[in-house]
Parts: sequence; structure tokens; C-alpha cells
Amino acid sequence: MGLDKNQIAKRIAKEVKNGMYVNLGIGIPTLVANYIPEGVEVVLQSENGLLGMGPFPTEDKVDADLINAGKQTITTLPGSSIFSSAESFGMIRGEHVDLTILGAMEVSEQGDIANWKIPGKMVKGMGGAMDLVASAKNIIVAMQHTARDGSSKLLKECTLPITGLKCIKKIVTDLAVLEVTSDGFKLLERAPGVTVEEIQKATEGRLIVEGDIPEVQL
Amino acid sequence: MINKTVKNAQEALQGVQDGMTFMLGGFGLCGIPENAIQELLRLGVKDLTCISNNAGVDDYGIGLLLQKRQVRKMIASYVGENAEFERQLLSGELDVELIPQGTLAERIRAGGAGIPAFFTPAGYGTEVGEGKESREFNGKMYLMEQWLKADFSFVKAWKGDTAGNLIYKGTARNFNPMMAAAGKITVAEVEELVPAGELDPNMIHTPGIYVQRIFQGEKYEKRIEQRTVRIA
Repeated sequence: MGLDKNQIAKRIAKEVKNGMYVNLGIGIPTLVANYIPEGVEVVLQSENGLLGMGPFPTEDKVDADLINAGKQTITTLPGSSIFSSAESFGMIRGEHVDLTILGAMEVSEQGDIANWKIPGKMVKGMGGAMDLVASAKNIIVAMQHTARDGSSKLLKECTLPITGLKCIKKIVTDLAVLEVTSDGFKLLERAPGVTVEEIQKATEGRLIVEGDIPEVQL
Repeated sequence: MINKTVKNAQEALQGVQDGMTFMLGGFGLCGIPENAIQELLRLGVKDLTCISNNAGVDDYGIGLLLQKRQVRKMIASYVGENAEFERQLLSGELDVELIPQGTLAERIRAGGAGIPAFFTPAGYGTEVGEGKESREFNGKMYLMEQWLKADFSFVKAWKGDTAGNLIYKGTARNFNPMMAAAGKITVAEVEELVPAGELDPNMIHTPGIYVQRIFQGEKYEKRIEQRTVRIA
């Protein structure tokens, strides 16, 4: 029951509009590239210094000097451009990138996000996540609604160290699509077969339910 | 034109000492100064502060310097692929300062461009902001961040000329251009060193003014971290 990772990515892909410059985080967000609808032209930004990220190379085109922010070998496309890390984060900070899609460990009802550190465990670093969430015009989060033990990841307040404050606008989980409003998480859609009550139970933060909630269309 | 050419890495790293602060270019293992790292290993200088986006992997890149316990402090944005790094960090042998990637890039850029501090929204309201001055501009909160400079910067480019002009290839550019400008002494290593005049001035990424020493690297392994391919 609920959406799997590919279905979450497919649902998020519907938010990607023609002409957008988009930064995709590691994990489920990377999968979004596979589901961008026919006829929708977008330019993918990789924060290590590339606009116009193409697909993985064929074996004969693998180039150690051409990787994405996940350190995977990739390709350029006609119209691609390459630049330094300072320029790359300049275009992120300057709000030239239209949409950022990233993963999260927790989101609060104010739109705070925690996704970089679990105290007591190895700290790997925030990479570009803090820069992205602080400046993106529009951020969509892809995440699981609950932890393995069933506890909610959509909270009143984040319990893990914060990545950014009041920055998340939309969340797509395995159970639901939600918008972060000034009053809390507004339920927009529910995963096929999942009831509003189940979503309510899985959401610790304030959930706003208005009228009939449609099922996610994939 | 001033000739910046030195014979090899050994000559290029003259003056390197214990306790110095270094910048090392690269993103992951892409665009790292492989020959300078080998020479640092050979010299065995220690108590180093290394500024680099990542810390290499266990048996390559800065990971090699960690293995030999040459690094006292690491300043980076992401250090995820290195088990020895983790061990030294948890045992307290190694000090680490984690900085948001864009802030790291801009602090280095600021160091080279003579800007002692700037304001950025990244990290406001997080532990990155603890103890830092913050200020509101147009209703949004920003943190003050300070420039970074280094005793030596080690950068890697694709092509360079004897005047120190550099051209990078692909995403191997990353942190190299800013680091080139932020080092008191910048050592550039290149895959191909050509006489001044052979590179098109319109295509130069790093002007020679930032480079004090340049040499052609003996060899480049260019290891790939995640070899991802599709079927033709």
C-alpha cells in the first residue's frame, strides 16, 4: 500500500513545468528525471558545476572529468554549460534555479527541514543542501511519511538538526501529497487505497483536511 | 611573459612545511591534484589543515594523507566516502569543520578576491550559524561568513601554459579556479603544458596571475567513484 519510490518520483515529475531549471537531490529526486512528461523541456542543474545534465554515458563515452553531484559519470547535452562551484551556488543563491527537489528525514508544519545529520551517528556533511534550501524559490520534498517503527516524519517541530527554516512548500510521501501552509500540512491528495484517517494517524504535525481528498493520479 | 614553469611536483612543492593550511581542488575524485598529493605523501609533512570539498576515499586522494596521519584538520562540505576519516574523527585524532558547499566555494572566492566577509542565507537557524553574526536584509535572515585563504593552493587543470594560464575540462573545474586565487602560493598541475601563446586568451578560465608554479603531471589515474553507464 502507498506509493513506491518510483511512483513518488512520477508524481513529483508532474510538478515540473516546461522551461524550468531544476536541481535534483540524491535518491528519489534523481529518479524524477526518468518521468518528466513528453514535450516538457527542462534543464537539470548539477551543483558541482553543470547546467544541462544528460543521461549516463554509454561505456565508450565514460569520462572521469564529467560527473554529477552524486559523483556518477554523466553526459552533457546540446546547450549544456560548465562552470565553477562558486558560479554554481551563485545561480542557486541568486534564485535563478526554479525548482529544487530533495529528500528529507523530517519536515515540520512550519516548513523546516532536517536532512543532514543524525546525532551520535557518523556525520557526513551537508554538501549543498543548506545552500539549496536557503535560497530555492520552490522546494519539493520526496520522503517516507513515517519511519520504520511507524513514527511520523511530518512533525510539529523537527527533532533532528535543522538544514533550513520555513522553506518547504510541498511534500510528496508514500502516503500523500501535502502543501505546507501557515496553518500546517494541507492534505492535497492521498495515495491510492490510503484513507484520510491513515494519513492523519501517520502525521504528528497539524493536518488540514478540507472537503473530499482525491487519490494521486499517476 | 613571466615563466612559471617548474620541473616537477618536487620542485613545485618547495617550501611546504608542517602545520600549514592547504587548499586542494576537486569534487570527489574529479579534478584533484593527484601529483601534488603524491608529493605531500613523499614529503610526509604533518599537522596540516586541508580545505577541500571532500576528503577523498580510503585509498585515494586526500584519503592517502589521512592514512598517513598527516592531516590535523579538515575543512569540507561532505566527507561521506571514507572509513579511515570516520575512525580518526570519532577517536578525536582529526578535527573537522563542515561548511555548506556554496558557502565554502564563496569563502574561498572571497579570499582570492579580497573580500573579508559576506552575508549568505545558507545555514541560518542551523548549527552552522552558532556564534556567527546574523543580519536581516529585505526581511530575510543572513549569516556573516568570512574569507578563507591558504599557504599553498594545489589545483589541477586540463591544459596550462608557461605563463600559468589554465583551462579546465568538464566538471573537473569545480573548486579549482577559486582556490587558485586564494593561495599565497598556487601550484597548478596540468595534463598538458604548452608554451605561452598556444592557448587562446579568450578561452582561459584561470588567468596566470594567480599561479606561481606550474608543471605537467607525471601521470593521472583519474579514478571514477561511481561508474554509471547506460546500454547503447
